[in-house]
Amino acid sequence: MKRLMGFIITVLVLTGVMAFTTPGLLDKVRLGLDLKGGFEILYQAEPMDVGGELTRASLQKTAESLEKRANALGTSEPEVTTEGTDRIRLKIAGVTDEAEVRKKMKEPAVLTFRSAAEGDAAGTYSKIELVGSDFVEGAAEVQRDQLNQPVISIKVKDKDKFAEITKRLLGKELAIYLDERLLSAPFVRAELTDGNASISGNYTIDEARELADTINLGALPLKLTEKYSQSVGATLGKQSLDQTIMAGLVASVIILIFMIGMYRLPGILASFALILHTWLLILVFVLADFTLTLPGIAAFILGIGMAVDANIITNERIREEMRSGKSILSSVKAGNKTSFRTVMDANVTTIIVAAVMFAFGTGAVKGFALILIVEIVLSIVTNLYFAHWLLSTLVKSGALKKPKQFGVKESDISAL
Amino acid sequence: MRFKKELDFVHLSKYFYIFSIVLTVLGVGFLAFLGLNYSVDFKAGSNVDVALSKSITQEQLAPALASLNMEHEPSITIGDQRVNIRYDEVLNDTQSEALKTEITKLDDQASFEINTVDTEMAKELARNAIYSVLLSCLGIIIYVSIRFEWRFALAAIVALMHDAFMVVAIFSIFRLEVDITFIVAVLTIIGYSINDTIVIFDRIRENLRFGKQKTYEDLKALVNKSVAQTLMRSLYTAFTVFIAAFFLFALGGESIKMFSLAMVIGLLFGAYSSIFIASPLWLLLKKRQKPAVNNNPAKA
Repeated sequence: MKRLMGFIITVLVLTGVMAFTTPGLLDKVRLGLDLKGGFEILYQAEPMDVGGELTRASLQKTAESLEKRANALGTSEPEVTTEGTDRIRLKIAGVTDEAEVRKKMKEPAVLTFRSAAEGDAAGTYSKIELVGSDFVEGAAEVQRDQLNQPVISIKVKDKDKFAEITKRLLGKELAIYLDERLLSAPFVRAELTDGNASISGNYTIDEARELADTINLGALPLKLTEKYSQSVGATLGKQSLDQTIMAGLVASVIILIFMIGMYRLPGILASFALILHTWLLILVFVLADFTLTLPGIAAFILGIGMAVDANIITNERIREEMRSGKSILSSVKAGNKTSFRTVMDANVTTIIVAAVMFAFGTGAVKGFALILIVEIVLSIVTNLYFAHWLLSTLVKSGALKKPKQFGVKESDISAL
Repeated sequence: MRFKKELDFVHLSKYFYIFSIVLTVLGVGFLAFLGLNYSVDFKAGSNVDVALSKSITQEQLAPALASLNMEHEPSITIGDQRVNIRYDEVLNDTQSEALKTEITKLDDQASFEINTVDTEMAKELARNAIYSVLLSCLGIIIYVSIRFEWRFALAAIVALMHDAFMVVAIFSIFRLEVDITFIVAVLTIIGYSINDTIVIFDRIRENLRFGKQKTYEDLKALVNKSVAQTLMRSLYTAFTVFIAAFFLFALGGESIKMFSLAMVIGLLFGAYSSIFIASPLWLLLKKRQKPAVNNNPAKA
């Protein structure tokens, strides 16, 4: 009786938790571009100048500046990631003027040093004095002055030009811009003839580093070419989402009916484990902040079909043991035990394939593989351990006593 | 309905070997002469999918397409409230915008999905796909060899290569479009069909523990028994996954149609090969291990 109570409480609590949290969870699932509309572009980055270098840091910086640009264009949640050694993937959802955004994105980030021209409002500078490529690549670095304040030392390629500028702007600001964004506006304190300069201001060490990085990158701008692009209209995305979820629901319902019709009470337990499995998968999605894509939903639905396998193997095995004349309890024990190894073997091989897909795949393939792996692991937990526990508890509590409840005919049972 | 020991799977598999070999030869022929119908994912170019609020005819569409001034004619598939236009060239931003504008003039409810892949990227995708398949196979060979023995591993690999190849062959024969999701489907089939094979192999291994199998006949009976014992399970799970894949194909989003179709075909072959290819093949290999036992050289 105690066991039965434990069983009932577990099932009720889980059902309650699932029923209560599912709508909220579903709202929180992040949808991919193919489901909500938007576009994705994979860029290949190359140094602007022949012989220029492409470093990890410059790629990272370019990605960051792409993200800043996307934000500046007012797009919602742009997602910019670097891939491999020379690629940047950009995802933007809900853009009205896609062509404009794409054009803006491809322009290399321009670093300029500017002075105030006549007519400029206070704090704005429009006369370009120096551009990124006027600086020696990678020479900007953060140092400390006598007062231990961070300063950025830079080197220019053309000493005379720099001397002329610093002479002319002595006591005035020489502002640093990245694209149209003002980064800093230090004063020129001396005429600099040796091509070396240091920029000081009230910088924190992090600000100084960022400025130095930007200047280095400015000297090394990257050229971006589109390698792959996917653009999905919002209506089409929504349509795909609705259709695929419908497909999933129909398939799931048929699978559950099949399980219950075929295995009776254990089938109901298996169905419960399957629903728990799906709920956990959604939970993982939300917690790990995965993005659900169309292939992702396909993996989800196929996963349900595959997860049933563990239950089918176990229940078929139990029925087989029963038919051979064993008692219900020992049939369930033997069935759980022998099916465990089989299910593990089968799942490990699938994980191997999924891991390879994850390692070699890009974009959607990676996402699909990841879902498959998570799904298999969850399936082992729910459809193996949890389902076994549910079944054993019911049998031990005496609620499951008749072979009929397992869908086994009395006439099929042979005497031991 | 339960199969007991009436069915001689090993014997039946002879006919299925012939069926598989014929299909393989046919597949190789089609692949060699016609190849696969690659989508932009592998060939480079642009693929434009349009969902419309009304049906549209090729004639209505023609002026819109002509206005783009593309060098090559695109291939157009018109469906119910749906149009697919495929260019072998890469559409640039301006061209794809122009295309959108033109089609929106025909139907202001139109919604687009445009995929563009550059040649180099396409080659890389294909290369990665092939690496994935090979590496997956290697991983499975190692795992199965550790858990079972090399004969099981070899038989399992043959079965799964068979499944993967059958899907490729059928896509080639029926000129179905191969895109990146197709590769995902093939890999998933590999992962899943091995699953099916493992279940039967587990049973064979378990049954091997009971009693000595002295003759080929004993081994054959053992394989038949093991297949029969796991047959219902094989059919049931093939059925459930089939249901999932089938409904994805029938009702799911357009861009995963080919993926789902590949899955459906692969699943059917997966279930079939586990029963009629993998297990009898293991028997064939096992038989060689005992040259003394040769009283019934069933040539398969």
